[in-house]
Amino acid sequence: MRNRLLLPVLLATCCIQVQAKETPADNYKAYCVQCHGGDGKGGGVNIRDIAVVPRDHTDVKSMSGRSDETLFKAIKEGGASIDKSILMPPWDATLSDEEIKDMVQYLRVLCKCNFGS
Amino acid sequence: MRKTIFAILLGFSGAGFAGGGMLQNECSTCHNITGPAAQTLKEAFEKKGPDLFYAGNKYRQEWLVSWLQKPQRIRPAGMYYGNHIKAGAKGDEVDVSTLNEHVALSKADATSVAAELMRLKPHDDLTAKEKIGAGAISKQMGEMAFNKFLGCMACHLIEPEYGGLSGPEVYTAAKRLQPEYMASYIRSPQAWDPKSWMPNKHLSDINIQKMVNYLKVLSEETENAK
Ligand code: HEC
Ligand code: HEC
Ligand code: HEC
Repeated sequence: MRNRLLLPVLLATCCIQVQAKETPADNYKAYCVQCHGGDGKGGGVNIRDIAVVPRDHTDVKSMSGRSDETLFKAIKEGGASIDKSILMPPWDATLSDEEIKDMVQYLRVLCKCNFGS
Repeated sequence: MRKTIFAILLGFSGAGFAGGGMLQNECSTCHNITGPAAQTLKEAFEKKGPDLFYAGNKYRQEWLVSWLQKPQRIRPAGMYYGNHIKAGAKGDEVDVSTLNEHVALSKADATSVAAELMRLKPHDDLTAKEKIGAGAISKQMGEMAFNKFLGCMACHLIEPEYGGLSGPEVYTAAKRLQPEYMASYIRSPQAWDPKSWMPNKHLSDINIQKMVNYLKVLSEETENAK
């Protein structure tokens, strides 16, 4: 009896926590800044010995050449999924689809651009 | 009866070393010794040291004993790395002036704290899933995979001055860590720490084995080169 009451409570706490959505700014600060840099221009702390320079997320020319779907795919499945470097990792185990969608919009704010503009 | 013996043992170690309570009183100000791991980025950004609540699943005891007496930096950019970087000419650089030395313990304290840490094993379930074969791999082949094919070097130093800086150096990893832990962390960093800065790169079983064996060779060579 006691267990039966406890289980739903435990389940509720576990899953509310797991699903709590982070802001794209926090996700960027946590996971992307290490390579793409504090200002998003591709000069992260990791780039000294890196073979391919991370994308400058403020660069209108290259960022407007990508559809939202392509950006989503690159973030979720990694650079290799869009024929770019494997140094751009897949984030499917870290971010939810919804967080990745938010991230794509966040990148649009960083570059102040849309697809094709 | 059991309880009495336990109390006597505790009392004994407390009197013999400063060990009794040190973990709870001093180390826990910076380290999570009870779990669970950070569930939100807010908590993750505020971490002042690596989680120790699964220390018994992670470290080699003899390494703990020696490192705690003579701690040396493992994460070149500290924790959280973003708090220890400054803008440089070619991009972000580590601001070494913001990194602190780790507290060093006496031999007796290091020995008793290490023994206490090794009893913290909430993740036997994860390490039990990993079987490490004795597969041989040359340092060159291993490095090629670590760097070019799998892209791990972006965040990890494979030599004191070569590699990425946001993760822990890996040229000492096999000296510090149990092989099953390395395999399990590479398989799924999020199983250990849902907010880990390390992505799951979805390595095959064969590649996981390769990486663990490479890190072993790498640590041995680093040790011999000294
Ligand atoms: C380990 C370093 C690293 C990390 C961490 C990283 N990236 Fe990248 N990223 C790269 C590299 C390198 C490239 C360039 C790939 C190329 O040009 O072949 C790249 C490219 C990209 C691109 C451009 C793809 C294209 O060609 O249009 C996007 C978008 C991107 N990253 C987003 C992110 C986001 C969002 C994060 C954080 C969740 C992130 N990256 C984290 C290294 C990294
Ligand atoms: C002021 C905060 C602070 C205190 C107090 C502290 N530590 Fe640490 N500890 C750290 C930080 C930060 C690191 C990461 C160092 C690095 O990566 O270079 C660390 C690293 C470690 C590591 C290596 C962990 C790993 O996975 O790399 C161990 C083991 C450790 N501490 C044990 C202890 C013990 C035992 C105590 C108590 C006697 C203690 N620490 C007290 C901040 C602290
Ligand atoms: C985007 C950066 C990044 C990439 C790419 C990356 N790692 Fe990591 N790795 C980390 C971070 C950050 C940690 C640990 C965090 C902590 O304990 O503070 C870690 C931890 C580890 C550990 C445990 C080390 C320790 O001292 O606790 C091993 C082993 C490891 N990574 C291997 C790999 C391998 C193999 C790859 C490639 C398949 C890889 N990493 C790719 C960032 C990265």
